[in-house]
Amino acid sequence: MTSSWFVAFLATAYLGVLFAIARYGDARADAGKSVITANVYALSLAVYCTSWTFFGSVGRATSGGLSFLTIYLGPTLMILAVSVIVKMIRISKSLRITSIADFVASRYGKSQLLAGLVTVIAVVGVVPYIALQLKAISASLDVLFPMSAEASEPWWRDSTFAIAAVLAVFTILFGTRHLDATERHEGMVAAIAFDSVVKLAAFVMVGLFVTFGLFDGFPDLFQRAAANPDVAGLLELDSTRAGTWASLILVSGLAILFLPRQFQIMVVENVDEGHLRRAVWLFPLYLLLINLFVLPVAIGGLLHFGGREVNPDTFVLTLPLSQGAEGLAMLTFLGGLSAATGMVIVETIALSTMVCNDLVMPWLLRSQWHNLAEKKDLSHILLGIRRGAIALVLLLGYVYFRAAGEAYALVGIGLISFAAVAQFAPAIFGGMYWKAGTRRGAVSGLLAGFLVWLYTLLLPSFAKSGWISRDFMDAGLFGWPWLKAQALFGLGGMDDITHCLFWSLFANLGLFVGVSLLSRPNAVEASQAERFVDIFRLDPRAADSRLWRGKASVEALVGLLERFLGPGRAHQQLAAYAARHRVADWRKLSADAQFVHFAETQLAGAIGSASARVMVGSVVEEETLGLDEVLDILDEASQVRAYSRELERKSKELEAATAELRQANDRLLELDRLKDDFISTVTHELRTPLTSIRALSEMLHDDPKLELADRTRFLGIIVTEAERLTRLINQILDLAKLESGQAEWTTGEVDIAEVVRESVDSLEQLFRDKQVAISTELPEEGSAVVLADRDRLVQVMINLLSNAVKFVPGETGRVEVTVKADGGQVRVEVADNGPGLSPGESELIFEKFRQGGNTLTDKPQGTGLGLPISRQIVEYFGGRLWVESRPGQGATFVFTVPLPTNT
Amino acid sequence: MKRSSPTRQRLAALALFGIPLLTYPLLALPEGRTGGVPNVFLYLFGVWGVLIALAAWVAETPSK
Repeated sequence: MTSSWFVAFLATAYLGVLFAIARYGDARADAGKSVITANVYALSLAVYCTSWTFFGSVGRATSGGLSFLTIYLGPTLMILAVSVIVKMIRISKSLRITSIADFVASRYGKSQLLAGLVTVIAVVGVVPYIALQLKAISASLDVLFPMSAEASEPWWRDSTFAIAAVLAVFTILFGTRHLDATERHEGMVAAIAFDSVVKLAAFVMVGLFVTFGLFDGFPDLFQRAAANPDVAGLLELDSTRAGTWASLILVSGLAILFLPRQFQIMVVENVDEGHLRRAVWLFPLYLLLINLFVLPVAIGGLLHFGGREVNPDTFVLTLPLSQGAEGLAMLTFLGGLSAATGMVIVETIALSTMVCNDLVMPWLLRSQWHNLAEKKDLSHILLGIRRGAIALVLLLGYVYFRAAGEAYALVGIGLISFAAVAQFAPAIFGGMYWKAGTRRGAVSGLLAGFLVWLYTLLLPSFAKSGWISRDFMDAGLFGWPWLKAQALFGLGGMDDITHCLFWSLFANLGLFVGVSLLSRPNAVEASQAERFVDIFRLDPRAADSRLWRGKASVEALVGLLERFLGPGRAHQQLAAYAARHRVADWRKLSADAQFVHFAETQLAGAIGSASARVMVGSVVEEETLGLDEVLDILDEASQVRAYSRELERKSKELEAATAELRQANDRLLELDRLKDDFISTVTHELRTPLTSIRALSEMLHDDPKLELADRTRFLGIIVTEAERLTRLINQILDLAKLESGQAEWTTGEVDIAEVVRESVDSLEQLFRDKQVAISTELPEEGSAVVLADRDRLVQVMINLLSNAVKFVPGETGRVEVTVKADGGQVRVEVADNGPGLSPGESELIFEKFRQGGNTLTDKPQGTGLGLPISRQIVEYFGGRLWVESRPGQGATFVFTVPLPTNT
Repeated sequence: MKRSSPTRQRLAALALFGIPLLTYPLLALPEGRTGGVPNVFLYLFGVWGVLIALAAWVAETPSK
């Protein structure tokens, strides 16, 4: 058997390592290089897993099978509600809130009463839980040294005390380095994260040892369990306990937010909201891993020890010991120690802050203020109080542990604690999301919930331990059966936790909502409600300056800060504040509303928001704002927000309008440029024939001796060019009329087949000259009658046909005209076997003065206006004109004209 | 993580999705054993593991 000295050495060495880590973390923090990364943060959250997890889960599993998992499924689901956690962090940072009691008190008008009430609930609910940790350490020592159990005053009893004392020293050293509790304890958090790693590693090692050492893996273990009738029941869930399952998930989900140690680690010690990204999955993963082997160890223990009297809570130690694996047992002992120390340290810091700020300070400020007022520097006294509170909390835990022993009141405390802190839920959730919640509502709800919890859960646990009479449970208080503690108003058939949770939350929530709706908040409550609920929307400084009116002097406020924070730290904070406001020397700051708020927030970090408010109130002359006035200011603030949103919307609209205008302007400029282009093109086109006419006329004029043949040829050219000029001018005029909408139209019934026939006839000579074959395919007469201007359609047809003739090769050229009437429109196709058009050209030829073929080398064969005019005409009648073509494949010009709808 | 960030909403949705999966009546469905291991054991740890994996995927994917 391992020597006791070795174990003592191991425990001391382990605590020494914790000290070293904490010192290192603090040194790094002082140097400005934080060791708190996202992973460290996530691991430190695992302070949730105490020795109650490490030893107790196995114990629960031996009686309840898989139901122990609820304690870890609840937190998994709750931490996914990241927005709630982020909101808590944001509020706490902005108001320098340092504990859950301060959080509740601050929300409901910085009420000292509420702060005290929450503190009392937390202390009553949680101190026994600390005792449970000490008991776990003691129990594991019992297992390691069973022989000494008969000694009258064995040394390890004192060793538990020694460990408690060491933990107190550790907590004092690393938990109260600064007075300002919002200053994070980075060294402590680093040590807690280390604790988490050790306990996980230890538990997984035991799990692997049992599952793969004692047994042949999971299947073997479960098969042997199924074969044993005593154990087989653990493998199935008991669906009659569905209600218990759900209520345990609920209560543990609330515990992850509201246990003082969880609030401390998750909210107060949070360095960066972004760390939650990691925590949201790493912490649940941790929980999964540490629970994976709980059932196997429980089953392994039950099968291995058979009917022997071995406490299932100690299986993680006794199983390795029974196999002679002492090294593993030592590791397990360290794992249990780390689970206990982590919880005790953080819980004690959290509780001591609450006890100091919310119980001792208000009492001191009231009773002995006159003596204290003479002291220049109160910061040391404050630190002393906090250290005393740490020692006191641990001492209370130790005393409770010694007093309770094996009693049920200690063993069952885990869930009883959870149910106690669950009472904070209505006041906190209501406070963060419901502005109408009032201080009276919160006080009544909390008080009612606490009393119901006391009556239905804590006192019965005392009764079960035999400390008080069971009468109130069995017969009911005063003999009234409907007051039976665990069957209130006859509501039986539930387990005690579900029963307590139902009644306490029913009373708590009902009174919180009911009383809130019936009472009116005072001015401070209303403004705090706004600050909490709208934390994401509000610019915190904007409202502060409007919500305070009065007279203050910088000296008095600085004096206050110096007294409570100590001169050094006060000056440091003042300098930082002055720098933020671009004032060179803090002595020259003005005592405006913002400065008063700054001073109060700084004080709140040290002594809690309720006491801070009292202290600041004692040195400034505050003009009391009525509730209506405060509400007016807040409404104004929200109106300003609404206005600014409206303004933003308007400016966006304006931007959109500007963009539209700019587009229109661009379009106009483009049109202007097009017009200029058009004019210059027209001029150019007109000048070409004119130049040739002029040149030839001059030659005729200057040289009377010209041959007759030349003369005739020249005159012929002049006539052609003049004709072309006339045509050009006519077409330009035509186009101008069409575009300006001044063209004259004589609309009537037109048979397109007839139009085609007529056009083909009139161009017959042209086709014959070039030896181009033309064929037509026309529908029967009267089936393609549309409403249109006959002459205009002839114009289009002739244009298309003459284009086709122009581009097909002589002799082999072929032009086909097809007219079809279907689908509510007449479709006319003019197909040729000319050179065809590239896709680019297919669009280009419909632009003015653009012609097919290479205009640079070839002589222009037309005016370049025919197609644009044709398109205008077709579109006027509601149709379309386009070309389908590929180079070398000929071109097909298609136009459609809709048939009249009534035919 | 800003207000009403899609990441936070996705995580909250994951929680709402997980609640019915990890409570009764769905929990009563897995019965019997697979390779000796009780199905309810596999189901609970499986669902739990999948939830964690999804949360990791949602949380660690940078959102715009």
